[in-house]
Amino acid sequence: MDSALIPKGVKRCPLWQFLLGLGIVGVVLAWGVYAMLLCWFKGLNQTNMNDYYGFALWIWADLAVIAVGGGAFFSGLLKYIIGKDELKYIINYAVLIGFICYSSALLILAIDIGQPLRGWFIFWHANVHSMLTEVAFCLSCYFSVLTIEYIPLILENRQIDRVPFFHNLSHNMHETMAVFAATGAFLSFFHQGSLGGVAGVLFGRPFSFREGLLIWPWTFFLFTWSAAAYGPCFTLLITWITEKVTRKKLVKDNVVELLAKISGWMIFTYTIAKIFDTTRWANITAPGLGQTLADFYTGTAMYGYWILFAEIVLGGLVPAIILISAPLRKNPVWRVTAIILAVMGVSLNRWVMVLQVMAVPVMPFDKWALYYPSWQEVATTILPVAYGIILIMISYRYLPIFPQEAELNPIDDEPAVVAEINTPADLEPAQA
Amino acid sequence: MFPFSFEWIWDAGHMVFHGGLWYALNIIGIGITYCIIKAAVDTIKGKGSHDHH
Repeated sequence: MDSALIPKGVKRCPLWQFLLGLGIVGVVLAWGVYAMLLCWFKGLNQTNMNDYYGFALWIWADLAVIAVGGGAFFSGLLKYIIGKDELKYIINYAVLIGFICYSSALLILAIDIGQPLRGWFIFWHANVHSMLTEVAFCLSCYFSVLTIEYIPLILENRQIDRVPFFHNLSHNMHETMAVFAATGAFLSFFHQGSLGGVAGVLFGRPFSFREGLLIWPWTFFLFTWSAAAYGPCFTLLITWITEKVTRKKLVKDNVVELLAKISGWMIFTYTIAKIFDTTRWANITAPGLGQTLADFYTGTAMYGYWILFAEIVLGGLVPAIILISAPLRKNPVWRVTAIILAVMGVSLNRWVMVLQVMAVPVMPFDKWALYYPSWQEVATTILPVAYGIILIMISYRYLPIFPQEAELNPIDDEPAVVAEINTPADLEPAQA
Repeated sequence: MFPFSFEWIWDAGHMVFHGGLWYALNIIGIGITYCIIKAAVDTIKGKGSHDHH
């Protein structure tokens, strides 16, 4: 029924199956939208945020999706600026994942600010002394860049591509993509960094405070570095999940292994820098502010030393070593294990830098402040996941996301499909 | 915020932050405008065959 919209040379599931899948995920989406409307109409009293937790689950989700969405800018940098041409077979998917991550981040922020109608205040009444102003500027601009990178994919839908103007527009956007990729890398460097800078400049909270270079605390550089390092792992993880769901090979191993290798080296160098940073902070910075390492990790079981170990060793060194080692990297089981550990590691890092920062007592009379999100916060955090799955489902079905798919999965009944799409009804793009 | 807004101050913070913002927006705006105009010109010239990429 919708075969005229499906890319040439590939096979998709029946429409009823596709719609059923959309319907199931749509129920989860509707639940999240309901919770979102509650937050907008009734206010932030729907959350469990309080005077301790002005930043909570939403900001963790925000920082996590922005970090893992870093695969888009780093893959773009590698392909368009550094010239790793093999990545052209996965860059479409990296862009789509980045688009989903950043639109999700903006959606979460739109809920979190409580008064979305005043969202533009941060641009017009900008506080130029705030790291978050830089985040807002760069995040919005970079989302525009991701949209520009995603548009040519939409225009390559086989029916839209028949319109000469859209065909030429798509072609021209591909030709100038290096400019947008470079702009995206510039914007990403600053907003990823500034998200880390927010925690690093909190001199009243020794758990997160760091010295740095000029106005930038070390967390600024660590956040940018980690996003570039771990972002490609998320791209690879979603690609792997998509391959499992569709039961198809979508990207050749040499492309996956190249991205995994680069990611592995980036994670390795990041983890070494993180170990240096942690050592200096534990021995000089925190004691200089009147607290010790034990103050941060012995107050409650939830934030024991295990979390430091899990972040740096399990989520840093272990995946780095697996991805650097050629025999381990070429083994799919080891590679996927490393990728999952890496994504968990960067998510845990963002959790620690948002929520443990708030939990640690900073006054002698203070206690550990633990926080449990309300169902509305959980639902609105799951909302972007459902939205992302839906967008991936639609994009995968109708857009040529994976250039190697047709080659890796040849179909026998291609002539029949071609005959079907050449019926007169299919020649009308508006109906398509 | 523009320099003619009443809140504007000619200091380094405003110039760096807003200069960076308008710089990025200009590159994005000029880039996409170029693509659209060139696509329109190409279409008028009759280009649009499926022999690219």
